[in-house]
Amino acid sequence: MIKDTVKQALEELFPVPEPVAEEAPPVEAAEGEEADAKKKEKKEEPRVNGVLERDYDTVGYHLDVQLDPGELLAAVLVLYKAEFFIESITGVDWIKEDQLEVVYDFSRYDFDQCRVVIRTRTPRTEPSVPTISKIFSGANWHERETHDFFGIKFEGHPHLIPLLLPEDADFHPLLKDFKP
Amino acid sequence: MSAPIHIRPDETFTLNVGPQHPATHGVLRVKMEMDGEYIVKAETVLGYIHRMHELMGENRTYPQVLPNLSRLDYLGALGYTHGHVLAVERAAGIEVPERAEYIRAITVELNRVASHLFWFGAFVMDLGGFTPLMYAIEDREYILDMLEAITGSRLTYCYYRFGGLYNDIDDDFIAAAKAFIPRLRKSLKKYDGLVTGNIIFRKRLEGIGPISAEMCRKYGATGPVARGSGIDFDVRKNEPYSVYPEFDFDIPVYHECDSLARYKVRMDEMEQSLRIIEQGLEKLPDGPIMPKKKPKLIKPPKGDYYQAVETARGSFGIRIVSDGTKNAYRFKLRSPTYSNMHMFDEACEGMMIMDALAMMGSLDLVIPEIDR
Amino acid sequence: MSLTLLNAVVAVVIAIGFAALNAAYLVWAERRGAGRIQRRPGPNVNGPFGLLQPPADGIKLMTKQLMIPGGADKALFMVAPVLAMAPAIMSFVTIPFSGSIVAHSMNIGVLMIFAFASMGGLAILFAGWGSRNKYGVMAAVRAVSQSISYEVPMLITVITIVMMTGTMDLKELALSQSGGFWNWNLFPSLSSPLMPVAFLIFFVCTLAETNRAPFDLGEAESELVAGFHTEYGSMGFGLFFMGEYANIVIGASLTTILFLGGWGCPFGLFPGVWWFLLKIYLLIATFIWIRWTFPRTTIYGLLNLSWKILIPISLFNLLLTAGLLKVF
Repeated sequence: MIKDTVKQALEELFPVPEPVAEEAPPVEAAEGEEADAKKKEKKEEPRVNGVLERDYDTVGYHLDVQLDPGELLAAVLVLYKAEFFIESITGVDWIKEDQLEVVYDFSRYDFDQCRVVIRTRTPRTEPSVPTISKIFSGANWHERETHDFFGIKFEGHPHLIPLLLPEDADFHPLLKDFKP
Repeated sequence: MSAPIHIRPDETFTLNVGPQHPATHGVLRVKMEMDGEYIVKAETVLGYIHRMHELMGENRTYPQVLPNLSRLDYLGALGYTHGHVLAVERAAGIEVPERAEYIRAITVELNRVASHLFWFGAFVMDLGGFTPLMYAIEDREYILDMLEAITGSRLTYCYYRFGGLYNDIDDDFIAAAKAFIPRLRKSLKKYDGLVTGNIIFRKRLEGIGPISAEMCRKYGATGPVARGSGIDFDVRKNEPYSVYPEFDFDIPVYHECDSLARYKVRMDEMEQSLRIIEQGLEKLPDGPIMPKKKPKLIKPPKGDYYQAVETARGSFGIRIVSDGTKNAYRFKLRSPTYSNMHMFDEACEGMMIMDALAMMGSLDLVIPEIDR
Repeated sequence: MSLTLLNAVVAVVIAIGFAALNAAYLVWAERRGAGRIQRRPGPNVNGPFGLLQPPADGIKLMTKQLMIPGGADKALFMVAPVLAMAPAIMSFVTIPFSGSIVAHSMNIGVLMIFAFASMGGLAILFAGWGSRNKYGVMAAVRAVSQSISYEVPMLITVITIVMMTGTMDLKELALSQSGGFWNWNLFPSLSSPLMPVAFLIFFVCTLAETNRAPFDLGEAESELVAGFHTEYGSMGFGLFFMGEYANIVIGASLTTILFLGGWGCPFGLFPGVWWFLLKIYLLIATFIWIRWTFPRTTIYGLLNLSWKILIPISLFNLLLTAGLLKVF
């Protein structure tokens, strides 16, 4: 199963300092539904970095990876080599924690289904994440859009100008403190 | 004697295709660096119909956002609202009665056929043939009439509710749908004879606008565009949702990677959709269309939910980040044409403008859906 | 027939009247035909069968303001529509509608028509270049390369016929085919067995020369917005439009005279102008039918067709005919 190999590869890449106590069900995600749901409810404080296996039926994706912006490129490269395609990139403004989260969605074209979500957090004052548009060309527009909406700077992006907003837009509408 | 003209061999000019251009089907603008008829470099400029649906999704409650979803893609609106209701049902854990799911599948497939029919007409019109558009619209009219009778609108449907449907289908609808299926099958044969076999049509599409499978993967192309490049990917099969596993249908895949392959995929898909509608009408169970117990106020538990559905244009994803209130904390729409269109910039380099626009037509663009 | 002043004025008035009437009502016919092909009514509100639509359109076009875009070359911009219309009307002068109905018969009629037809390309070039519009310029370049490429096979085909009949007078050309349809140039004869092919080449070239679909690359609206007349409104556009239809009538007339026996009856009975009109309107109906059936070709497909297929075949036909004429 691609899910397990990718998980293994990602875990090898970023040895989790504090092992997340989550022995996920290996293949059949549906079996561990209740157990997983409980675990999810328990998690209140911000997550530690690492790979989590999630229940597909409740959340809609299989692997949930959180890492530092510096580790992003290595993780994306693992997915690129494992024949994933890029689904989307977006941001989430966690204003209470003073952080911006960038969420990357990846999926696969074959029937060995595995959706991977990669999250990385960056401070709200100077949001900056390395670009992955050199690996996945399609990230180009997604990153520009995220830059439009959240003001996150993608280091090394070839053409970081507003895409959906007007050329001279200096506002970021999806920030929670945005006043129209 | 006039001054001598200096001709630079590298001299190019910029051509603004759009935002008001007959080939862009809406307000898309492509800045093309042209060398005569050849495109040296193209840059797509988006945002002319950007309405910030994602912010509206954060400011409104879940049911209030429902009508917004059908404004994304005015040709295949039901697929998008289906994605939204499925995402919220997944997040809030709402059970859907089987009859409702069947009716959803039937109506989504009808809408998919309508969308493909319109695309077919518009695409051939892009290539300069006007008549197929009229034929396609005539057939599409039957679908719109059927859907109007049960949903109350013709394009921007707001038919699905969390947990079920707004309105049950009646015998008239079933009879009309059953009559429509053989009718469209006959029409599809007619289109094949009129368009697919036409030598000019084939010459304009064969080998034009190649998009490799690798390129699809890099850009995240989905839907008929990916399937025309030999990628066997359809969310209905790969990540089954709703009642699709219970239907027997095929995913047409072509390996030529050119515009003609994308055309053939869509034409074959209509036949597959008809098969689904046929089976759905046959298997349609009795029962309620709304669940017995349903929360009055939809407040999904805290978390991050994702739902992908196969719309007429590809994999439409919807991400709901919930903080436990009646509004979404983050409401992300992943539209398929956005990724498909992104490939255009790279793919059209070095092509002639007519071929590039033929290829643009084969991507099946709906601009409000790209700009959101 | 001597050309007195009165004769000339009457001829010109009739030519203009015929051209204008045809242009106006061919638009109506085209729209009705398109409606028929596309299973919709077409214009049917103004008058019976929408027959008052052309005058209404004409009044609308004539009362609109003529806009000249800033930066345009005014002289070229204004000359182009007139130049599109005038040669078309001039060509009518020499077309024999029957043995007696001809404004001015001259012994180089074919040459004159082709000379005027070449000016159509010039008008398109002026319009595209003069309007300072990138789409216009691209369309103009296309249209000129198109008319250059298609005049060659067209003329070669005509030379073949001129060689066979030994005259360039349209009237004599038509008379040489009188008697019955077996005498028409359309059908193979002993000295020229490839005549049906030549007819096909000529027909395709006529389509291309008149900028009709599937060769309407000069105004390919899905790529070049409206091509060379993007910037034209009001009667400037109207003249281009009328010029196009007048050119179609001339193309059909020429095809009829060269290949279909002019005003001769297929069975040698009652030759007269009615046969001529019947033939040209049948041809025009075919033009309309083709336009609403086929998608547009590409510019390179179009040029390839001309240079790689039509010209070699027509040259071969010319050589064959020349050789066989010597033999028989």
